[in-house]
Amino acid sequence: MNSAKERLVNGIVKENPTFVLMLGMCPTLAVTTSAVNGLGMGLTTMAVLALSNVFISLLRNIIPDKVRIPAFIVIIASFVTVVELLLQGYIPFLYDSLGLYIPLIVVNCIILGRAEAYAYKNPVLPSLFDGIGMGLGFSVALTCIGAVRELLGAGEIFGIRVMPESFVPVSIFIMAPGAFFVLAILTAIQNKVKINGEKKGKDMSKIQSGCGNDCMNCSDTGCAHGLYGEKAGGTSGGQMKEGEKNG
Amino acid sequence: MSDLMKVSSNPHVRSKTDTSNIMLTVVIALLPAAGFGIYNFGLDALILILVTVASTVLTEFIFEKICKRKVTIGDYSAVVTGLLLAMNLPVSAPWWIGVVGGVFAILVVKMLFGGLGQNFMNPALGGRCFLLISFTSIMTNFDCDAYAGATPLANLKSGEAVDILDMVIGRTAGTIGETSMIAIVIGACILILMGVIDLRIPGSYIVGFVIFISLFGGHGFDWAYISAHLAGGGLMLGAFFMATDYVTRPITKNGQYLFGILLGILTGIFRIFGPSSEGVSYAIIIGNLLVPLIEKITLPTAFGKGGVRK
Repeated sequence: MNSAKERLVNGIVKENPTFVLMLGMCPTLAVTTSAVNGLGMGLTTMAVLALSNVFISLLRNIIPDKVRIPAFIVIIASFVTVVELLLQGYIPFLYDSLGLYIPLIVVNCIILGRAEAYAYKNPVLPSLFDGIGMGLGFSVALTCIGAVRELLGAGEIFGIRVMPESFVPVSIFIMAPGAFFVLAILTAIQNKVKINGEKKGKDMSKIQSGCGNDCMNCSDTGCAHGLYGEKAGGTSGGQMKEGEKNG
Repeated sequence: MSDLMKVSSNPHVRSKTDTSNIMLTVVIALLPAAGFGIYNFGLDALILILVTVASTVLTEFIFEKICKRKVTIGDYSAVVTGLLLAMNLPVSAPWWIGVVGGVFAILVVKMLFGGLGQNFMNPALGGRCFLLISFTSIMTNFDCDAYAGATPLANLKSGEAVDILDMVIGRTAGTIGETSMIAIVIGACILILMGVIDLRIPGSYIVGFVIFISLFGGHGFDWAYISAHLAGGGLMLGAFFMATDYVTRPITKNGQYLFGILLGILTGIFRIFGPSSEGVSYAIIIGNLLVPLIEKITLPTAFGKGGVRK
C-alpha cells in the first residue's frame, strides 16, 4: 500500500493540481464563491477523476495510441454525464449553484492530464489512488479558496456566520477579481511554507546525517530529501507533459 | 591644469529635480483642493485625509521593513497616493475605508509589482476602484452635514437642473477633493508653472471628452451641459493629477495625446451610456492598462532610420 499512500500525498501536497501544477484554473476561479461550492466542485471532480483513471488504466492496452485523446474524452464525458445526473437527482442545490461548470468538468485539464500522464502508463490500483489523491488535492484547494472568499466576501464559512456583526463584507471577494487575489495569495503562502521547509530540511540533513531514509513514513513533510527524491523519480516527466498541455 | 580639464561622460547638464521634489510639488498643488474639501465638508474630511495618508505611508514603511528593502517613504510618493485616494473618498466614509484603501493601493497595486516606477496602474485609483467595487453603498453615499442627496453629475444624468456656478466653486456634494473646479485648476497651474506636468494629457483628455459629449450626449453643442460635465465629478482632478502620473502615462509625445483622447472617450462612454453617473476612475485605470500598447504604436523613429520602422 506504500504506493497508494505515496500517490495520495503526491496529489494533495507535492503536486497539488491547483497550487503547484496550476491546472484546472477555470473551475477554480469560477465556482469558489463559497466553501460549499468549492467542496462540491472538488468532490465531483474527484469522483470523475478516480473513475476515469481506473477505466483508462484498465483499457490502456486496448486503446490505440493514435486515438487515445478521443478515447479519453469519451470515457471522461461518460462519467461526467453520470455524475451530473446523480447530482441533479440527489443534490439539486449543488447542481443549481454549480450550473454549467458540471458539464465543463469534461474539459478540466487535470482529468485529461492525469489520464495522459499517469493512468495510461500505470496499473489500475495506483491509478485509482492517483485520481483520489489529485481529486482530494483539488478539493482541498477549492475549499480553501472558497472559504477565504466566503469569509471576506460574506463574513461566513459554510454558511455559518463567523465574523462579528460590525464586519462589512468586502464584496469584491465573491466577484471575479477576488478569485484571482485569493488564489495568488494562497499560492504565495504555500510556496513560502515550502521554501522555508526546504531550508529547514537542508539544515536538518546536515545535522542528522544518519537519517533512517524512510521517507514514506517520515513526518517531516518539508524535508528537502523527500521533495528532491520525488522530483528526480518517474513523475517529473509526467509533470513536464502537463505543463506543456496547460501552456 | 587638472582643475581646468574636467573629463566626464554624459549627461553633462544635470537637473536638481528628483522624485521627492516632484512629489512634494504635487502635494503642494493638491493642498488647495484638499483645503477646500475640509472647508466644505468639515473636520471629518481632515480626519479622513490624515488617516488615509498615514495608512499609505505606514504600509510602505512596514512592507519595506519586513522585506528588508530600502525605505522609500522619503520620496513622498506614498503621501501623494494617500492624498489622492482621500480626495476620492466621500466624506461620510468611515475611517477604516481610508485604511483599507490605502493598504490596498500601496501593498497590492504598488509594492507587489516592485514599488514606485513599476506599478502598472495608478495606486490611488486602484485603491479607489477596489473600494468602489467592495463597498459600493458606502462609496456612493454622498450624504453629509453640508449637503444631502445626489451629486451634480447624478442630477445631470437624471435630467435635473444644476447650478454651474456652485459646481465651479465647489459648493456641491461629491468626494472630498473633486468638488471645487477652481481649487483644482489653481493646483494644476502650480504643477504646470513648476514644469511638473504639461498640457498634453489633460488638454487632449478634456478636448476629447468635450467632442464626445457634444456628439453623443444628446444635447448637441450645448455649452451649459458641457461645462456642467466638465466642472462636475472627478474629471478635472483626474485629468490634471491622476492621468498625468509619471509612472502610468505613456512616455511618447504622440502616445500622450492618444492616451488623453482615449481617456476622454472612455469617460464619455461611462458617463453617458454607463449605469453610474461617474466614470473617470475606471477610464483612467483602463487607459493605464493600455499604455504599453500605446507606447508600442507611437514609438518614434530613430534619427537616420529613414522613416521606415522595423
